[in-house]
Amino acid sequence: MKGIYLTFLIAVVGFACGGGGQSKIDQIKEQSAMAPADPYASWESNHGVGPIKAFELPAEVDQILVTNGKEVYEAKCTACHKAEKRFIGPAPKDILSRRTPAWVMNMILNPEEMVQKDPMAKQLLIDYNGSPMANQNLTEEEARAVLEYFRTL
Amino acid sequence: MKIKQSIFSIILVVGLLILAGSCGQQGNKSGALGSNMAERAYVAPGEHDEFYAFISGGYSGQLSIYGLPSGRLFRVVPVFSVDAEKGYGFNEETKPLLNTSFGPVPWDDAHHPDLSQTNGKVDGRWCFINGNNTPRIARISLSSFETEEIIEIPNSAGNHSSSFVTENTEYVVAGTRFSVPVPQRDLPIDEYKGNFKGALTFLSVDQESGEMDLAFQVMMPGFNFDLAHPGRKKSHGWMFFSTYNTEEANSLLEVNASQNDKDYIAAINWKKAEELIANGEFETMESEYAHNIYDESTHMATTTMKKEVKVLDPSKYPGLVYFLPTPKSPHGCDVDPSGEYIIGSGKLAAALTAHSFTKMLDAIENEKFDGEAYGIPVLNYDDVVAGVVQGAGLGPLHTEFDAKGNAYTTFFISSEVVKWKLGTWEVLDRQPTYYSVGHLMIPGGNSQEPFGKYLVAMNKITKDRYLPTGPELAHSAQLYDISGDKMELILDFPTIGEPHYAAGAPADLIKPNQTKFYKLEENNHPYAAKSEKEARVERNGKEVHIYMTTIRSHFAPDNIEGIKVGDKVYFHVTNLEQDYDVPHGISMIGANTSELLIMPGQTETFIWEPKKEGVWPFYCTDFCSALHQEMQGYVRVSAPGADVPLKWTLDGE
Repeated sequence: MKGIYLTFLIAVVGFACGGGGQSKIDQIKEQSAMAPADPYASWESNHGVGPIKAFELPAEVDQILVTNGKEVYEAKCTACHKAEKRFIGPAPKDILSRRTPAWVMNMILNPEEMVQKDPMAKQLLIDYNGSPMANQNLTEEEARAVLEYFRTL
Repeated sequence: MKIKQSIFSIILVVGLLILAGSCGQQGNKSGALGSNMAERAYVAPGEHDEFYAFISGGYSGQLSIYGLPSGRLFRVVPVFSVDAEKGYGFNEETKPLLNTSFGPVPWDDAHHPDLSQTNGKVDGRWCFINGNNTPRIARISLSSFETEEIIEIPNSAGNHSSSFVTENTEYVVAGTRFSVPVPQRDLPIDEYKGNFKGALTFLSVDQESGEMDLAFQVMMPGFNFDLAHPGRKKSHGWMFFSTYNTEEANSLLEVNASQNDKDYIAAINWKKAEELIANGEFETMESEYAHNIYDESTHMATTTMKKEVKVLDPSKYPGLVYFLPTPKSPHGCDVDPSGEYIIGSGKLAAALTAHSFTKMLDAIENEKFDGEAYGIPVLNYDDVVAGVVQGAGLGPLHTEFDAKGNAYTTFFISSEVVKWKLGTWEVLDRQPTYYSVGHLMIPGGNSQEPFGKYLVAMNKITKDRYLPTGPELAHSAQLYDISGDKMELILDFPTIGEPHYAAGAPADLIKPNQTKFYKLEENNHPYAAKSEKEARVERNGKEVHIYMTTIRSHFAPDNIEGIKVGDKVYFHVTNLEQDYDVPHGISMIGANTSELLIMPGQTETFIWEPKKEGVWPFYCTDFCSALHQEMQGYVRVSAPGADVPLKWTLDGE
């Protein structure tokens, strides 16, 4: 009996706290009417989820890294990515005008967690028909090299 | 009112407590309902079992991998039988594993798995298992859980006293159950006596690669060799084989091979055999047997036909073999963890015989012989027996051990497991099995260091244990908790085929070494396409080779034209994924073979010989992503003389 009273009490308090004259239902209606925020808009401050923290790329492109990166990219990535054209996944050309260096590396290294937690990666999964970015188990060095190669596209 | 309610509540609670208490007491007598037995076999969702169990599939030819204590089935490793689910024996890469001197044999009767050991302890590297029918021994990697090697055993028939592993995996033995003419020749069957031989084969094992090599055969008299066990600790260097049909009957064995009051356990001094081989004291016999090895780098198996075998005739080399008389057609021949006792389970007797290794050495040294058989000394029974377990049950078959000096023996005829004490030979406990138990397994229970805790009984008869499924029933296994004084039945689970034996090991020994995928850069398959850039189609006369790739969720190429009726089309498919648990499958309409199931980084091949003109689809058979249903392609097949050029594309490119 006590239990039932307690539940009732909590429920009443709960409704009362909905407060401000606006009902819970109205709140929900209002929220769903709002256009969702564009996850891509804040790309410059989004470094993704994963092992790579925000970092600045040196001004000069490292040609040795580029060569290595191209090799890795062609072996592990080209089944789904074409440099200048949307394929299974997006084209990496000019990627650094849309994504931060850390975000790109985290997407390569940690795609499973990215598509669960990162707002841009979540949106990309929807934009690309639910086709998940495959984890190709690159090392951090390899992912960094691929990123350097992307700078040359 | 309130007071009345409270009193009522108190009475209720007390009443419930009493009830609960009485349930507990009843449970001790009446099984799982009243105690925590279910809890002891329960592994919660998402949690892992404590032990792996490697259970033979008998006439399925395979090896089943279970978890203990849950009894959950994780995988069936294809070994001696083709397995369309996995493309095993169907794809071009694994076909050679089933080659023998008789040609490809797509099935066998898999009997006794045993695990590699280091210093007498299970080490989690490999599992070995014997094919009984067309004598073969297989080695399964415990990293990839794939069959990596199968070697045929020449001069052998009914490869039953196999595949048992010595303390440091120096050798895996393969003893013949049926004796046969050696070398094989056309002979009246009733000229069996003296002409038929029993080959006991020792396969050496390379400690790095695991590869086996037929080191030598001891050519024994024409008995039936039933089971074997290597010596442990003090008896390391010896191998013991149980025998029956020392009568050398060739017909109606159930009567004629059950005449002698005692048969033998043969004790082979393999260290001595090693010396003889090293000194060149052996005969080389012409023979023919297949040695099949799967190379993880090329993802492909190859067969080598071997032509010779080194043979030792025990009558010529005193000290190589002795016979220990053992009552009534012994089946199990099991050595305790200390290496002192060799337990013979005379399957037609009511008692178990334990021989003493120390007494055996003494009998040899002081020549306490009771005659000889084909030039091999027979030791005097009374001078080698350490003790007899009397009245234990009917039809003893097989014994394993815990780490506390106890032995556990199955009794087929009386359908029970009996626990007894080594040294005092007294029976401590007995529990029924359901029904007619064959072998049992305690994790590590045939090694120097048993892990104890659980015992799995593998039964031959199931009858009413499960929901009926027509005339054929899954064989039942039962799991007993042996951590206490009394064995307790905690789980009953169905098995695949007919488990003849099993091996168990702690999960922690095996889990850390798992292969999760194959690295593309280490893929040396000659027909691999390691990126979509390498995907292509090549024609060589009527042979067409498609170098195809897969990744979530498309094939490259997925449109192929220029194939003609009468072509032999090879699909070489490389899975470009480099992540755990992302296999892709492929199958082609009308292909006279199975699907392929390709692990990440692996290349596999199937052959399709199109018989009709048309446009024929292929698709991915293993649900790989949200776009799995889109993972498909077409091959255009034209008439034999057609002028359609060879062309392959993906998305028009």
